[in-house]
Amino acid sequence: MSSWLDYTINGLIVGNVYALVAVGLALIFGVSRLINFAQGSIYLVGAYVGWVAVVRLQTPLVITIVLVAGVSALIGLLIERFGLRPLQNSVRIAPLLATIGISFVLDQIVMLTFSPNPRALPSQLPDIRFQIGAGTIGPLDILIAGIGLASAVLLFVFLRYSKLGWAVRATAQDRDAAMQMGVDVNRVNQAVFGIAAALGGVSGMLVGMYYNQIDTAMSLQATLKGVVAEVVGGAGNVPGAVIGSLLLGLVESYGIAIFGTSYRNLFSFVLLVAVLVFRPNGLFASAKRAPPEPLTGTFIAPSRPVHLPLWALLLAFTALALLPLLPVSSYVLQTLINAWLFAMLALSLTLVAGTSGQVSLGHAALLAIGAYTSALLSLDLAVPVGLAILCGGLMSAALGTLLISPSFRLRGHYVSIATLAIGEIISLIILNWETVTRGPIGISGIPPLSLFGHELVDTPQIYWFTLLVMVVLALLQMRLLGSHLGRGFRAIRDDDVAARAYGLSLNRYKALAFIFGGFAAGVSGGIAAHLYSYINHETFNTQQSILALTIVILGGLGNVAGAIVGSVALVGLPEVFRIAAEYRILIYGIVLLLLVRFRPQGLLGTI
Amino acid sequence: MAEPTKATDADALSLLSLRGLTRRFGGLTAVDGIDLELNRGELVSIIGPNGAGKTTLFNLVTGLDRPDAGEVRLDGHRITGFAPEKLAGQGIARTFQLGRVFGNLSVMDNVLIGAHARLRAVQPAVPLIGPLLELGLALWRPAAVNAEEERLREEARGILARFGERLLPRLDQPAYSLSYANRRRVEIARALALKPRLLLLDEPTAGMNPTETTEMQALVAELKAEGLTILPIEHKLDMVMRLSDRVVVMDDGKKIAEGSGEDVRNDAGVIEAYLGHGLSRPQADDRETAA
Repeated sequence: MSSWLDYTINGLIVGNVYALVAVGLALIFGVSRLINFAQGSIYLVGAYVGWVAVVRLQTPLVITIVLVAGVSALIGLLIERFGLRPLQNSVRIAPLLATIGISFVLDQIVMLTFSPNPRALPSQLPDIRFQIGAGTIGPLDILIAGIGLASAVLLFVFLRYSKLGWAVRATAQDRDAAMQMGVDVNRVNQAVFGIAAALGGVSGMLVGMYYNQIDTAMSLQATLKGVVAEVVGGAGNVPGAVIGSLLLGLVESYGIAIFGTSYRNLFSFVLLVAVLVFRPNGLFASAKRAPPEPLTGTFIAPSRPVHLPLWALLLAFTALALLPLLPVSSYVLQTLINAWLFAMLALSLTLVAGTSGQVSLGHAALLAIGAYTSALLSLDLAVPVGLAILCGGLMSAALGTLLISPSFRLRGHYVSIATLAIGEIISLIILNWETVTRGPIGISGIPPLSLFGHELVDTPQIYWFTLLVMVVLALLQMRLLGSHLGRGFRAIRDDDVAARAYGLSLNRYKALAFIFGGFAAGVSGGIAAHLYSYINHETFNTQQSILALTIVILGGLGNVAGAIVGSVALVGLPEVFRIAAEYRILIYGIVLLLLVRFRPQGLLGTI
Repeated sequence: MAEPTKATDADALSLLSLRGLTRRFGGLTAVDGIDLELNRGELVSIIGPNGAGKTTLFNLVTGLDRPDAGEVRLDGHRITGFAPEKLAGQGIARTFQLGRVFGNLSVMDNVLIGAHARLRAVQPAVPLIGPLLELGLALWRPAAVNAEEERLREEARGILARFGERLLPRLDQPAYSLSYANRRRVEIARALALKPRLLLLDEPTAGMNPTETTEMQALVAELKAEGLTILPIEHKLDMVMRLSDRVVVMDDGKKIAEGSGEDVRNDAGVIEAYLGHGLSRPQADDRETAA
């Protein structure tokens, strides 16, 4: 049992590392009102560049740090120049989606180059511990603290005394005014992305050395932790980000000391949601001021949806329904079953993100709620499978909406962060609530699909069942869109202030959108649980949330037919062309990037 | 939230009454102790230099912002700090300074949103499960719901017909595809669909050319003749003088003058507010009258 001092030191060191990520996020948010989801990927790249330098090239520490900072900064510059600058005049969600796409691409490139297996990253420092009171401190701790401090001083000097630093601060205060005074905003962006990336990369390397292990899962975690620290400190507030990071490090460290390691992330995400809801300006801002609005303006790309005639839809449905009678392999059918399950999730997300404008990044959590409800009801209470799936849908609608409801108060990018965090919280609750969910072991032996006592065993039956459920959900959703609710959801998306002034309560209608969408996602998760027969807390993950979002954007935000077409295209086609699994995520990332850049209204147009 | 208190006889004529309404932002007092009475069927214009606090005052009345002090009464009932969605249900409609139509909604849908607060058949007043019933009714759509929707559509067409052939041929076009003036018209049509008791217009003719301005002026005159109570913010003094029963002048968050157009026009304080303090620079600032 380590002492409290050790936990404090550990918390401050980890906080220091978070600070390097969070300061970068704060700088970027300051000048461009963008939450850079690719920050964690740069951190990952930094860790692997560090590994190459230390293990392969065997460079001395100083050179390693310079190398890591240099390569990372270069990647930051490339992201700014080719990923974000072309999107300057796009819809406000575009840059956020682009950074998500970039993050997928970078993570996958690292994974394909170095394999997903963890690697050791030795620190090259002597392994000695100095005794301080009841705790100990090692040379690496001192190095991390030193780099943190040095970066803070350098950054302070840069922002306060250099001309470019002035330009950065001016842009952060008022972008338009800065431009009119002749500040080259592109150069400011470049500088900020370069600095943020260098700090992020070095941070990744230090973390790798601290735990003497690096792996490709680090990326998303780092982004999330950085975002938590930044939001706690006040979005765009650089000193706030440092203090927020140290606070987060301490909270985590003490949390682990009291409750154990598996609760670590739970604390940070609950902290994030609490700060977003109760103090959206961060802990250190005065409550009076309205929070800086992340990228306001038109939310979606104006477009005219492609009109699909009724006969074409009927023809497509008939063809799909007759497919199992044709001589197609059961492999194709299984692929399409998977596509129909994703289509249900995409229907849910296209309603919430597309029609109602609440871009949820944690949508897979709704699958998990449906899946666990259905699996546990059928296993523990012997509820018939068909009924259990229905209950899964209802539970997802009720519980999912309740858990997501703190995000109803938020706008724009904050909704995305909050839903991402809430998704993680749900997954962590599943992991830790062992008495009900069986914790990390997961649930095995889930009964197979059956309806009215009749087991659906062969592939064509399952195919028809999933196709039918998906089509019924799609028809219901189209009917919903044609009602006053469809109109109201879209009004809230387009302008929530004007919508409120005309009697639309945001809480009520956002909740209704999530209830309807939660049901579809819960049913999808429920069916999946009975098909897979085994699920655990990682079965439904962020990757699926992002894939669903890519499907929705590909099809056209809010577009019901688009969600189905998108699912077939992104889930079905890679399977049919037998693209290896590890390349698929790379392809999803690239598809997302290309869509955001060249066809933000998707294939069938926004509705 | 406090229940609306009972109206008294003295308030019988008064529809909107503001008492000591105040809103501070940090060190700045944007609205400073404003008193205002607006009687049924009256048209009272609010004028004043940019930054005088006119739009903030609108936001306080319509619930988009909460006052730090003072109270707002509608029909004698206290409505201070009510949420905007609730005030819409009470019959307060407004337009926005820079125009806030729902860009991706068709012209018809924009106007129908205006009638949202009047939906009854599809929004049963049942506590707790009301929203779920609304979802169910939206999907099921019994005859009563369809009839209500059809009636509102018919009404919306009638409202849009007020603008002649400007909007009727464009019913199904998304609002973002309309011209600027047409978007402003859609906003007014949306406000009228609420069947408001009180209509707040935030610079209804801003950015319009003279022909469009004249048309808008005729429409506002028509609405007034129909007995609607209207509170416009307006910069075009021509229109203000022609339409207003009374004019209220604001500067630095305070009401500096109130009275007939003629009185206000000759008020020394008003001239000072418009032409620069101290009258030492008579040509300094005529932005308000020009526009």
